[in-house]
Amino acid sequence: MVLDKVKKISEDIWEIPQDYKPGMNVPGRIFLSDKLMEGLESGAVEQTANIATLPGIQKYSMAMPDVHIGYGFPIGGVAAFDADTGVISPGGVGFDINCGVRLLRSSLTADQVRPRANDLINALYEAVPSGLGSKSGFLVNDAQLNEVFRIGARWAVENGFGVKADLEHCEENGEMKGADPAKVSKKAHDRGKPQLGTLGSGNHFLEIQMVEKIYDETVAKAFGLREGQVTVMIHCGSRGAGHQICTDYVKVMERASGKYGIRLYDRQLACAPLGSPEAQDYFAAMAAGANYAWANRQIISHWVREAFKKHYGPDIKMDLLYDVAHNVAKFEEHEVDGVMKTLCVHRKGATRAFPPGRPEVPLAYREVGQPVIIPGSMGSASYVLVGTQKGMQLTFGSTCHGAGRVMSRHEALKDIRGNEVKRELLERGIIVKAPKDSAIAEEAPEVYKDIDNVVDVVDRLGISKKVARLTPIAVAKG
Amino acid sequence: MEKDFEYLEHTADAEFIAYGRTVDEAFENAALATAGLMLDPKAVKPTVEKNVELSGDALDTLLYDWLSELLYIFEVDRIVFAKFQVRVTGENGAYSLNAIIYGEGVEKHPDIFMHVKAVTFHDLRFEKRNNIYEAQVLLDI
Repeated sequence: MVLDKVKKISEDIWEIPQDYKPGMNVPGRIFLSDKLMEGLESGAVEQTANIATLPGIQKYSMAMPDVHIGYGFPIGGVAAFDADTGVISPGGVGFDINCGVRLLRSSLTADQVRPRANDLINALYEAVPSGLGSKSGFLVNDAQLNEVFRIGARWAVENGFGVKADLEHCEENGEMKGADPAKVSKKAHDRGKPQLGTLGSGNHFLEIQMVEKIYDETVAKAFGLREGQVTVMIHCGSRGAGHQICTDYVKVMERASGKYGIRLYDRQLACAPLGSPEAQDYFAAMAAGANYAWANRQIISHWVREAFKKHYGPDIKMDLLYDVAHNVAKFEEHEVDGVMKTLCVHRKGATRAFPPGRPEVPLAYREVGQPVIIPGSMGSASYVLVGTQKGMQLTFGSTCHGAGRVMSRHEALKDIRGNEVKRELLERGIIVKAPKDSAIAEEAPEVYKDIDNVVDVVDRLGISKKVARLTPIAVAKG
Repeated sequence: MEKDFEYLEHTADAEFIAYGRTVDEAFENAALATAGLMLDPKAVKPTVEKNVELSGDALDTLLYDWLSELLYIFEVDRIVFAKFQVRVTGENGAYSLNAIIYGEGVEKHPDIFMHVKAVTFHDLRFEKRNNIYEAQVLLDI
């Protein structure tokens, strides 16, 4: 039994011993409560162990409490590689490069918004193209697309989508350095061009929420959050551009792995040594994909603000609280065995959660720590957390990214009826707008773990702390 | 050969094994299995025709490229496919694929129920077992 070999070493921490399978350079660590452990898939354990065999991995191959089986890396996987001896793997980032989430905090209260929620969600649904293969309402030209890849959210702001302050409140300022549009294939350009400014499908959404509960008054104040306040959450990524970049480079890396003699348990783990031409090219393309996603969320934010202002007048505020990536690889400074090292940290379905004082944290929040935005599944709560020093020690400054699936989309479509889910949510006062009922079925609440259980684990472990709980008022599903 | 393809269960993703008496047929059935995740191929009228030419040094990576190409065409040309004629030639180290694919504009099919986004290398295999070619692919959806 695979799971028998996974040992509980302390509350919420489980270890996959280094002798679990041949070639592991470090042990694995999975962060789960006893309850969540019951649902752990053996495949996710295998995948966490497989990553431990990659060259230059530091400390542990890790999985956050929202872990579930992926391909190559599990979703919820965190792995850090030494910049000199380690690797970079497109599969460790995932297809939807910089899939992420941002939160706008409004000056409105739930009492003001609830009576008009139906109109508002319809307006958002109209303003932001969504659904399968959705096309944008505006079209960038080739030169503009290159700029989007190069400078990300800054391109959007410079072109009238949002304000400069948005860039200060965004991971990497919405502009990852080192991006090179020339390393992005023509196909990725072709797929990205018509999809800029679209939500996409699957688990992506726009949600009008209210701050239901504050856990930490001091941090909430710094984040500009108070009970009863309305927030808007935007969850989407790099669309077809990111998918194509990953598709292209997994193939490049598959070849590179052989060339550099890297033994792989799973071909989706294909990787190349950091510093090799293949690794440099991928990083430049991945950064471009990440920038595309930040521009995308920035453009969508602008349309969301416009829709709200149409309903509530131009004086309302809808500031960007923060924007986090949850599929990305980044170079960061971390302490390993008492020595500061530059590491390439892969987070696939995991969120960076940096503590107070880190230069990467925006000035406005540097005294309290980085905001971490955790989207719940459709109809369930979402959370705002804050990064901690404990997280730096335990998880390279990383935490969970959401609830984590327990049922496949395929299975959900067979077993769950979208219109029933819609009705049940409406009975609870939550409006759902989707291109079709099947889009609701595949994201129904029961196909995910309970977000409260997942967040409780990261909070108890202290790798990020609860600041606020947000509950949905209305959702526009991709 | 009892069936053209079968779907396997996998959390969050979709996986299938497609079969074929020939390499060509297995590639065609893999395309059908991919298209079948998006919509009922029988509901698609083959009004649009497109040629695809690819080359590769191994059959499994050629399969990866073939399905990736279909997803690219779906998104960029906005065409859904339902019928495939594939011809794979060459031998180990140098293969060519020539295909004609038939489909219809995506606007005719608002009922597409799943968006296949990418092909993965996870579990990817193409091999001959008991005289039948098997193409196993896990898709990102």
